[in-house]
Amino acid sequence: MLAELLLVLWTLAKVLAIVLPLVIAVAMFVYWERKVIGWMHVRMGPNQIGPLGLMQAFADVAKLLLKEIVVPTNANRFLFFLAPMLALVPALAAWAVIPFSDGLVLANINAGVLYLLAMTSMGVYGIILAGWASNSRYALLGAMRSAAQVVSYELAMGLALVCVLVLAGSLNLSDIVTAQSGGLLHWFWLPLLPMAVVYFISGVAETNRAPFDVAEGESEIVAGFHVEYSGSAFALFFLAEYANMILVAFLTSILFLGGWLSPFPATWGLIGHGSFFWLLAKAFVVAFLFLWFRASFPRYRYDQIMRLGWKVFIPIALVWVLVAGLLKYFHIVAPGA
Amino acid sequence: MNRVTRYLKSLLLLELLQGMGLTMAYMFKPKYTMRYPMEHIPKSNRFRGLHALRRYPNGEERCIACKLCEAVCPALAITIDSAPRADGQRRTTRYEIDLFKCIFCGFCEESCPVDSIVETHVHEYHFEQRGENVVTKPQLLAIGDRFERDIAAARAQDAAFR
Repeated sequence: MLAELLLVLWTLAKVLAIVLPLVIAVAMFVYWERKVIGWMHVRMGPNQIGPLGLMQAFADVAKLLLKEIVVPTNANRFLFFLAPMLALVPALAAWAVIPFSDGLVLANINAGVLYLLAMTSMGVYGIILAGWASNSRYALLGAMRSAAQVVSYELAMGLALVCVLVLAGSLNLSDIVTAQSGGLLHWFWLPLLPMAVVYFISGVAETNRAPFDVAEGESEIVAGFHVEYSGSAFALFFLAEYANMILVAFLTSILFLGGWLSPFPATWGLIGHGSFFWLLAKAFVVAFLFLWFRASFPRYRYDQIMRLGWKVFIPIALVWVLVAGLLKYFHIVAPGA
Repeated sequence: MNRVTRYLKSLLLLELLQGMGLTMAYMFKPKYTMRYPMEHIPKSNRFRGLHALRRYPNGEERCIACKLCEAVCPALAITIDSAPRADGQRRTTRYEIDLFKCIFCGFCEESCPVDSIVETHVHEYHFEQRGENVVTKPQLLAIGDRFERDIAAARAQDAAFR
């Protein structure tokens, strides 16, 4: 009994050790996004609150938490409050299987990739419910768009994952990373280059980020599915969206960029060895792409998004599944030592 | 052939990468932002801000109550009453400008034969009570006294064009 209690407490401590830094990372990522987009617009971005504006995100959080949550007339109260939680919980739960370093993973399960697919697909329920429960046309439109978009890009994303699975021969994320060991050229980005691009772009579409942000589409449907949300309920959606972005950045690093592995040979001492910091650095670079995209590209039209998903990404991904199979069959790409 | 190159172009995301290159180049450019309360943009010597009434160096007020400014004011913002002073000179007993009516056109300054009513560089001011928008003669003179050096410098710079 005591041992079980200790196990629960220990697991809880580990969960907190992942979730708390993640929430801080989300706050800093929001700040970094505003800074980077500001720089790309040739302005400064937030620079008033705290040194260099570093406390801006925390000030915003404090503001949001103190705001009133307005429930629209005839909204379904239960679903209205359930929706942001349904959006956030999968976004946080997905982090359970992320291997931060060799052996440093909360749940080293063999179906890690399946679990991830399940969790990232769950998030869309929060969005659909939010749109439906709000009793607002804009919210409903945003939710419908988001649902269609996420379902379409899930397929391309899944096929890109299949390529990784074929080459790594495992569904376990830690095994996928170790299969890439052996230096920069052994990482899966090289044999699966189109798939790495397809995966990341699908990830951008899955998280409803610019240029695929028709679900929010400020200029068309105000804020889309979360138009009726305010205060801490809105903060939860915000947190979920950014946690998902960071998750996609980590996943892209793990699946295609060698996870915690170092790009340098092991003889180079400290920087030659794989560590959490390599994963962090890779994820940071990938996450920067999200911001870069947002500052660079205008929003896709809705039918163009569908065309890109169904008529471009899925055919390419299907072809590359075959290519990956051939690469594996003829031992051109063998899992690393 | 054209079709093939077009397909290749879009598949390799060439145009998108070009766009990203542009935004990346802009990221490192010097920023246009003026950090306003700490920094100010340079103002022209013809800047038309808050009004002031000037004095001669001996302390005598310039205004001779000719009421040209009152007549020329397109917004009817200026109100002047005049009467002979103890020494027999005509002076204003009341010189008020309603800053809510004023459109800062600068006609009063141009019409003034003795360079008395001027518009200064001051554009940061506020009112806390109803009625403070009407600035009175003592207030205008005080503004003139306070910013005389700036006012004179701006007029000297513009002297060749007047």
